[in-house]
Amino acid sequence: MKFLERRPAPNAWIGGLIVGSLLLVAGVGAFWTPYDPLALNFTAQLAPPDAVYWLGTDEFGRDVLSRLMAGATTSAWISLLSVGCAVLVGTTLGVLTGYLRGAVDRVVMAFNDALMAFPGILLALGLMAVLGANRYGIIGALAVAYTPSVTRVVRGSVLSLREREFIDASRVMGNSGLFTMWRHVLPNCVAPLTVLATSMFGWALLAESALSFLGLGVPPPAPTWGNMLAASRSHFDEAVWLGIFPGICISLTLLGINLLGDALRDRFDPRMRGLR
Amino acid sequence: MNQPAAPLLRVQDLSLAVAQSGTRVVDRVSFTLEAGELVGIVGESGSGKTLAARAIMGLEPPAIRRVGGEIEFAGRSVPAMTPAELRDLRGARVGMVFQEPMTSLNPAMRVGRQLEEGLIRHRALAPSERRQLIAEMLLRVGIDADAALQAYPHEFSGGMRQRIMLASVMLLKPALLLADEPTTALDAVVQREVIELMVGLARDHATAVLMISHDLAMVARYTQRVIVMCRGEIVEQGPTEQLLRQPQHPYTRRLLAAMPRRSPARAVAAVLQPLVDVRQLVVDYGSRRGLFGKGPGKRALHGIDITINPREVVAVVGGSGSGKTTLGRAIAGLLKASAGEIRFDGQRLGHGDAAVWRDYRLNCQMVFQDPNSSLDPRMSVGALVGEALRQVPGLSRAQRETRILESLNEVGLDASHATRFAHELSGGQRQRVAIARAVIRRPRFVIADEPVSALDMTVRAQILELFAALQERHGFACMFVSHDLAVVEQVADRVIVMQDGRIVEQGSRDAVFDSPQHEYTRRLLSAIPALQASGDGGVRLKWRIEDAAAEAQPAPAHAPAGPTGLRGLPGLAGLTGLTG
Repeated sequence: MKFLERRPAPNAWIGGLIVGSLLLVAGVGAFWTPYDPLALNFTAQLAPPDAVYWLGTDEFGRDVLSRLMAGATTSAWISLLSVGCAVLVGTTLGVLTGYLRGAVDRVVMAFNDALMAFPGILLALGLMAVLGANRYGIIGALAVAYTPSVTRVVRGSVLSLREREFIDASRVMGNSGLFTMWRHVLPNCVAPLTVLATSMFGWALLAESALSFLGLGVPPPAPTWGNMLAASRSHFDEAVWLGIFPGICISLTLLGINLLGDALRDRFDPRMRGLR
Repeated sequence: MNQPAAPLLRVQDLSLAVAQSGTRVVDRVSFTLEAGELVGIVGESGSGKTLAARAIMGLEPPAIRRVGGEIEFAGRSVPAMTPAELRDLRGARVGMVFQEPMTSLNPAMRVGRQLEEGLIRHRALAPSERRQLIAEMLLRVGIDADAALQAYPHEFSGGMRQRIMLASVMLLKPALLLADEPTTALDAVVQREVIELMVGLARDHATAVLMISHDLAMVARYTQRVIVMCRGEIVEQGPTEQLLRQPQHPYTRRLLAAMPRRSPARAVAAVLQPLVDVRQLVVDYGSRRGLFGKGPGKRALHGIDITINPREVVAVVGGSGSGKTTLGRAIAGLLKASAGEIRFDGQRLGHGDAAVWRDYRLNCQMVFQDPNSSLDPRMSVGALVGEALRQVPGLSRAQRETRILESLNEVGLDASHATRFAHELSGGQRQRVAIARAVIRRPRFVIADEPVSALDMTVRAQILELFAALQERHGFACMFVSHDLAVVEQVADRVIVMQDGRIVEQGSRDAVFDSPQHEYTRRLLSAIPALQASGDGGVRLKWRIEDAAAEAQPAPAHAPAGPTGLRGLPGLAGLTGLTG
């Protein structure tokens, strides 16, 4: 197991650390925040960061740190669920179409390609209009927007796996198609799928922020990083921290996810090994 | 500088190591090569033979460092050369032919442009002179210049591409030609044509050849001296004849002993009914309805009749495109036949009768060519072997585990291997696992598709021995698909020769090997040696059919349309017609 002896690159550590802390903060934020993220305090409107409010308060005197933590919970939850749904549906479709080929493949992939023709965020915007602007609307819209890429990637690896002799070996053994797909095809797709899912988590986070920024996401007063950023615009000249902290959160998280995704890709793709 | 006494190439104590770990992959290798000499380097994978050869051109991979020793080409030190001097050396003085003709030509460039490249870089010639040289060279290697120059590499078969590769290298008349497994990826017959062309060309231009190969028989046939490498070291070198007859090093002896040779013929009991009875089997490819109507389709098998009796080993041989693999896959049920029928134990296999099909599935197993690809990388060896038992009803977990261990023991593995994964095993061990998986259910019929082609010589011998022992013990009938007649001679009771999707000859092994009737069979046989033990662990190689060797004598320089040139063509076209 030579590749296990290799120490992961520093990138992997940094990425893992950032994503890990995000998930930790999101987990904590679900149960405890320093202040109630929704509690108004009209004696401390737009208070700059100090010992009481570490990251300051917004125009209604709500604690920015608490709102960021609660926002992390919302964002992480929405991203995880939408990516989870996309992976579940996309993998099923990808394995089925790639393994069975034929008419199923042609029909599903034609539909898939049609969906892929829309830019993800535009598709999500349209779906939001139908599904309604709430967190389940976002989850549904993002899941639909990301499913086609999962299907593509999984189908691609299934197509190449299908030509490997162990699939033939399984058929010769008398295993059914479903068993072969479950036992031999699926586990071998996990590597590219993990890499894709990681980066999709980042895209979903960004898309959720963008949608909320546009006012289509989670409706106020519930905080998300996106709607916090959007709300900060009107107070940018008097309370710059309102925009800076959510901005930093979004950028840092994306950086972490991308580093982790790259590290995972290097780890799984033998062609990338040894090049660094 | 170039004293008359200095050899063309002198490699002295060359050591190469993996840069990161310092592991030596080539260890104090020394040899010399005189101008015009043909020398072979023989070794198994991992012996360092390719790395040593690449170092001669300064082409070792980036992860490999030279840690000691000297390489002198025509009296000049290669490692001391500047990059510009190295570029002048490569191609112009030292040429290289690679193993894989499918990837060694640039698929996006016309053949003419690729042939021109070297001349443009190394020779100051007018375009018309260049064209003249290229046309002459293509004629010499037996390729129609007018059509080839404007064509792309994918329009040629593997053998043709290797000819083109040879032409592009020999255009520059290098003093030394490095040939790294130049014919390993080719069919036996094409292999011989290409290698004889290469040797002929080298003689024409007094080019020295360093032939790197795992195939001792092939190297022995064409070289004056042989260098045997094992684990990065040279274990023995000497004149070819002498080395074969009186090998000194135990490893050389092992190599010689591993060359397949005929086993005594077995008496096969007369039977009333064949186990497998295939009639008029037809398989078409590509006739599936596409989006834009029906494609033309290609017939891979034209009505094949085969019977295989219980306990009998029937070998199916042929070049690539002969349909032998298709036949095996169709009989295994991996491909749908377009017409014809397959009977197993008297029962016709059809789509209607599930019980017959199920019975067949339990009784027919397959061993695949490439154990890297036939074992699921995500499963442990125990799980891989045990999976076959899933279909066997009424086995408890403990019984299953016992069966798995029994099977592993049978193929020379033990319980400690059961928890490992395929990538932790050697190639030979992997093929053992694949065999264990095939026989654990005690099938009555095993289809083996090139089961030893991907293995090294000595490992191949062990696997063949194992396979024969298992066949003897369990008495399964076997269809052994192979392009390698030497292997077939060792294992088969009966031989079926296929060409272009048809059976051209069949008969008992001794009949086919000793008095081949069909022209194609003769050509296949001409590519492999007959071994005669010569005492002291040595062998004498005898070539069965010598006329092809006579044909390969170098053509006179003034008559470029030599025998290998023009007469080679029609046969080649027939052989390679289906490979594309």
